[in-house]
Amino acid sequence: MSIQAETVKQVAVLARLQLDDQAVPPLVEQLSNILKLVEQLNELDTRDVVPMSHALDMPIPERPDEVVNTNCKDALLANAPDSVQGYFQVPKIIE
Amino acid sequence: MDPTQITLVQAHAMLRSRQISARELTTAFLERIARINPIINAFITVDGEGAMAAARMADERLAQGTATPMTGIPVGVKDLFCTQHLTTTCGSKMLARFRPPYESTVTRKLKEAGAVILGKTNMDEFAMGSSNETSWFGPVRNPWDIRRIPGGSSGGSAAALAARLALATIGSDTGGSIRQPAALTGTTGLKPTYGRISRFGMIAFASSLDQAGPMAWSAADAAMVLQVIAGHDAMDSTSIRDDVPDYSAHLSTRMEGLRIGIPAEYHPESLNPEIGQALDEAGRVFGALGATLVPVSLPHTRHAIPTYYIIAPAEASSNLARFDGVRFGHRCQDPVDLKDMYTRTRSEGFGAEVKRRIMLGTYVLSSGYYDAYYRKAQKVRRLIADDFHQAFQKVDLLLTPTTPGTAFPLGEKIDDPVAMYLSDLFTINVNLAGLPGISIPCGSDSQGLPIGMQLIAPILKEAPLLSAAHAFQTATSWHQRKPEL
Repeated sequence: MSIQAETVKQVAVLARLQLDDQAVPPLVEQLSNILKLVEQLNELDTRDVVPMSHALDMPIPERPDEVVNTNCKDALLANAPDSVQGYFQVPKIIE
Repeated sequence: MDPTQITLVQAHAMLRSRQISARELTTAFLERIARINPIINAFITVDGEGAMAAARMADERLAQGTATPMTGIPVGVKDLFCTQHLTTTCGSKMLARFRPPYESTVTRKLKEAGAVILGKTNMDEFAMGSSNETSWFGPVRNPWDIRRIPGGSSGGSAAALAARLALATIGSDTGGSIRQPAALTGTTGLKPTYGRISRFGMIAFASSLDQAGPMAWSAADAAMVLQVIAGHDAMDSTSIRDDVPDYSAHLSTRMEGLRIGIPAEYHPESLNPEIGQALDEAGRVFGALGATLVPVSLPHTRHAIPTYYIIAPAEASSNLARFDGVRFGHRCQDPVDLKDMYTRTRSEGFGAEVKRRIMLGTYVLSSGYYDAYYRKAQKVRRLIADDFHQAFQKVDLLLTPTTPGTAFPLGEKIDDPVAMYLSDLFTINVNLAGLPGISIPCGSDSQGLPIGMQLIAPILKEAPLLSAAHAFQTATSWHQRKPEL
């Protein structure tokens, strides 16, 4: 299946990516080629196959719910692009 | 004697017998990096100060008799393992100034064992690439021919080794990112079983496929590194609880009774004939060592790339949603509102290949397409894994080429994603099935470029895998060839 320019633009909005107008046509072509490649899977009958979501058959591990990390607020905020009074700062959301 | 030209096994013996100090060894590698890294760009960050401090501590341990086999060994670490207070970029503008507040389990274990971390090696951005051309810090060049790519995504780790800039390096492998660059640089690279090494502190690409592993000059060296970094970790819920065997003690040169499967599907017409010949010759070496070669079939092999290019981008688009400019990493200038901040931050911070995979992943997971793509791929993934499990009823290991061709020139495939993706034809299957695989040198093409072969083992059979690679390296000298720099 080939993908349309409108779809590419819509997916970019979902992915929070900005596309210049000249970036759209090559991306349409490249994504269409990749989708053509992946659609080879349609030749396989997989009706009775159980999907494999994990590389190994293992149960979900459990552990006691104990506090292991102590307060590391300052270390985490050290990487923040912008912070104020111990909080991450972002542009105003509500007018 | 030049201490940068010895193996890890030899270096350990020399450190222990005090023929060389960790400081002398580290200084020799730092000097070589200063001379050669500007040519090949294998390291993004060199931590000379940290390395010398670690070397001093290693010398103290060696004097006190508390040294481990990795104490004083200079290593390079792929720049997607978080190192506390040492910049960790993942090859991206997004994290160009990121100083992790915590340590990955892999680097913590290396440090605790006394290894000397020389610096962080270059890589494709967020490990997405097969040529190391997508790094924001510039491409890595192959020490065998600097006009060619070293492979990827662990291209810096592979090139650093081939150029003798470290005694061992750590890579990560989501679809071949350790084994493919190892093959293209004439080095040894092991991707262990999924879950054998903790993913804690490894910046995530595709969480159901990502696995760390050692890259070294020989299987015996790789065994020593794996010993230190393998094992259960409560910080990674997918970590395997099984005990870690003594890999070095299991190395043997005897192969009597071993059955090695040769899958027909790994010798397609597109395979470089020189690689086919090298594989035939490798099969004869294994035969002479006492192994039996058995033809096998893995019928879903050609469906692995389509399966991977649904699953990996889907997982990547979810994992990379965290890069939003709020808590760490790049943020755009003067955002007008939150959506503008997210969108411009991500558009400025990510490169073209990362954006392409996020787009693809977002598309295949979007409403109405989930079953057609992602669910379908998960089903085919099981068919691919079942192929391997059936083959391992008949054989102990599989022998395949690692790559369909040798190192290609810079720029050749970068604008054609599908051509680039096809370089992972023989390695991707192993990640989908969660199996351990190793690439070791087994020849060179008419231009002198290295050829690699891959051995694949059942789940958690790293010990026999390393042993077979070691037996081959005892009988051959391909792994000892060095590029002229």
